[in-house]
Amino acid sequence: MRPLTFWLVAIAVGAAFFGLSLLAPNQYYFQAGYVVLQYIVLATAWNILGGYTGYVNFGVAAFFALGAYSTVALYKLLPLPLPLLVLIGGVVSGVVGLGMGYLTLRLRGAFFSIATLALAVVMETLITNWDYVGGSRGAYILRPAQVPLLGNYIVYLFLVMLALAVIAIGIARSIERSRLGFGFAAIRDDEQAAEAAGVPTLRLKLVATTLSGALMGMAGAPLPYYVTYLDPASGFNLAYAVNSIAMPLIGGTTSWVGPLIGAIFLGTVQQLATVTISSALNLLIVGLLLVGFVVIAPNGIVGLVASLRAAMRARGVHRQWKRASREPLPRESPR
Amino acid sequence: MTAALLEVADLGKHFGGFTALDTVNLSIAPGERVGLIGPNGSGKSTLVNCLCGTLRNDSGSVRFDGRVVDRLAAHQRTRLGMARSFQLPKPFGSLSLADNIRMPLLYTVNARGGETLSPAALDARCRDLLQLVGLADKAARLPRDLTQVEMRKLELARAVAAEPKLLIADEAMAGLSHSEVDDILALLGMLNQRGIAIILIEHIMRAVMSFSQRLVVLVAGRKIADGLPQEVTRNPDVVKAYIGE
Amino acid sequence: MEISLDLLLGAVVAGILLGGFYAAVSIGVSISFGMLDIVNIAHPAFIILGSYAAYIINSSFGIDPIVSAVIMLPVFFLLGTGVYEVYYAVFERRGDEALRGLAFFFGLLFIIEVALILVFGVDYRFVEAAYIGPTLRYGPIDLPLRMLVPFAVSILMLAGLQLYLSRTFTGRAIMAVSQDRLALQLMSANPGRIKRIAFGISIATAALAGAFLIIIQPVEPSVGRDYIGRVFAITVLGGLGSFPGMLTASILLGIVESITSTFYGPSWSPAVAFGFLLVTLAVRPSGIMGRR
Repeated sequence: MRPLTFWLVAIAVGAAFFGLSLLAPNQYYFQAGYVVLQYIVLATAWNILGGYTGYVNFGVAAFFALGAYSTVALYKLLPLPLPLLVLIGGVVSGVVGLGMGYLTLRLRGAFFSIATLALAVVMETLITNWDYVGGSRGAYILRPAQVPLLGNYIVYLFLVMLALAVIAIGIARSIERSRLGFGFAAIRDDEQAAEAAGVPTLRLKLVATTLSGALMGMAGAPLPYYVTYLDPASGFNLAYAVNSIAMPLIGGTTSWVGPLIGAIFLGTVQQLATVTISSALNLLIVGLLLVGFVVIAPNGIVGLVASLRAAMRARGVHRQWKRASREPLPRESPR
Repeated sequence: MTAALLEVADLGKHFGGFTALDTVNLSIAPGERVGLIGPNGSGKSTLVNCLCGTLRNDSGSVRFDGRVVDRLAAHQRTRLGMARSFQLPKPFGSLSLADNIRMPLLYTVNARGGETLSPAALDARCRDLLQLVGLADKAARLPRDLTQVEMRKLELARAVAAEPKLLIADEAMAGLSHSEVDDILALLGMLNQRGIAIILIEHIMRAVMSFSQRLVVLVAGRKIADGLPQEVTRNPDVVKAYIGE
Repeated sequence: MEISLDLLLGAVVAGILLGGFYAAVSIGVSISFGMLDIVNIAHPAFIILGSYAAYIINSSFGIDPIVSAVIMLPVFFLLGTGVYEVYYAVFERRGDEALRGLAFFFGLLFIIEVALILVFGVDYRFVEAAYIGPTLRYGPIDLPLRMLVPFAVSILMLAGLQLYLSRTFTGRAIMAVSQDRLALQLMSANPGRIKRIAFGISIATAALAGAFLIIIQPVEPSVGRDYIGRVFAITVLGGLGSFPGMLTASILLGIVESITSTFYGPSWSPAVAFGFLLVTLAVRPSGIMGRR
């Protein structure tokens, strides 16, 4: 599919989804939908760095919360429209991503992962000690009850997050089919060989950390309006990191489809589980699924489906797939 | 005499207190075939890494094609026309053979400025290069399906895809059988015919002797001999280094 | 001025004691990450598991927490070898440890933490021992026994492990595996078996470190996270796999943290370890990469 066609289809799917959601009987669906969409953005953002280049970011919560707290800080200063806040949150987290990358990416991959883990701790410490944004007591955000045209504010938040999800997936997919995505794959497979093939690895990795961080910050920026009360413990909740890592790994890390499937699957399961069983148990499920999938199905659901189809082809059940069978991975050559 | 393609002057590299390279001087002419030998741990790999930019030299300088490249990263040197193959093949494991070749095409040939290869031209170029090394029928396969010798061929094809002026082949034949060594030698000879200068780092003396116009011997980080292969192998210092004190 | 000097002296001494404890916390990672190249970020979770093991034995049988940790050593050793078996079979052998191996340990960290929450809840737990209350005083210097005892046992453990690694065949083989796998094979030792034993030892140290932790402070399941940054900062700064270097780094971090919390308040101390780590990564990457 051509990039333009894909964008149009993505926007159409998003719009159709939104239209359908307006039929929802009550607000709860928007609230639940917002969370799932937020995870689609986070999982896709994580995968741009983690899945494509192979650098594991454990500090998702730090980038996400930075976006949220830049909204809190600005909320106190002057009222800005939400889309602008999203953009600012993205810039803040993007810059932090760039800085992180610059400090650690010249070293072995594990150091980057460890540093991101510690980044979450230090950011939380800084925010906890920063009284202007509420410190450890947290901050209250008053959100307008109504917005023009859409009515309820939660519908507006839902729409913003839906747009972000479409943008994130669009970006991920265009990267995959570009020279950039090709270079990312080279970095993931072997950095020395990538350099020898002319790939500017450090620059590409910085692009990935910046982009990934920025998208996480953008996902976090509307959070204060969604929760209306934000404290460091909830903004920096480790659950964000676990989910953002678990979703791509469960879905599959090599293409944009994986994080999308993983986020929808795991996000929905959790929304259902939170209602029916305890939230701790629900996180245990995520942890177990994560470990289970990396151990048993290293290529996630996408990989499982692909090998299932291969097995069916081998038995000659579906002959019409034969033509597609030449290409083992759904990867197009970049132009 | 024409200007040297590669000019290494007083190159030095230390790891902590250990001197891996000690004032090495080396000059390679365009299109030349040079063999580089030396016992294990003599600094051959360190020299290759310093030439290619994987490691930075501590002293001295590397001049390539008229430019001092000391401060350039590995990928920049590749773009200037210095390609290498790795001692242990390092294919891009998740990409097909054709895409393995496509990588340097996208990041060197298409990144140099000037003409850019169209997608169709890229496909054709990948096919040609795989044809050259006899892997055309496996273009869609993954590197893990290859045998040892095929892996070496892929490694060479990927290096050559960058359109190098100099190819550094780091033990491209280690662990191969007699006839496979001949295969690789023929391939290197063909590449040299196309005007690519080649530095061959090798333990297999038969291969080095038949391939090289000139032989350079590295022992304990120092260059102890540099000259015609027959003369170098008779050099008493070289004999001593190989056979022992 | 005199008062603040006393304060400083007190903070330094407290920091040294804290550093001894940090060494016990970090030694396991020094073995797994420093020597075996296994990025076990779940190590702090195993330490919390150690704390709860000590708590259970202490509260049900009244056995001293350190003695109960010693009783638990073989159990933790076996747990470690089991985890390594899985890690080896699933990731190391496939050469897939970078992305999925890390995610595996991350998931493990999370599973242990949530499982502890489900079983014990989020209440703080503590142990009882004669040395937890009293404090020795020498002028301005306070030596609380609850810090001094873990410090002393920790140094003993370090010395014991150092002796084991340098004097026994298996110990030397572990040192060898961190440097040169081929040399190890030439010694006709099986690297898989050696790494399994080494990883078992690294997890076994978590039983003791966990007991120290619950002696020093009450424990709830998520306090382990505070140690992730510290542990890796210490291991990296200490030069990956060198015990004396690791001990020096631990004491240094202990002192810096203790001074920070004395003069700026304890809410800032978590950031210290990270600052430490960043400075290490930015200023001494050669020291970090030195092991090549």
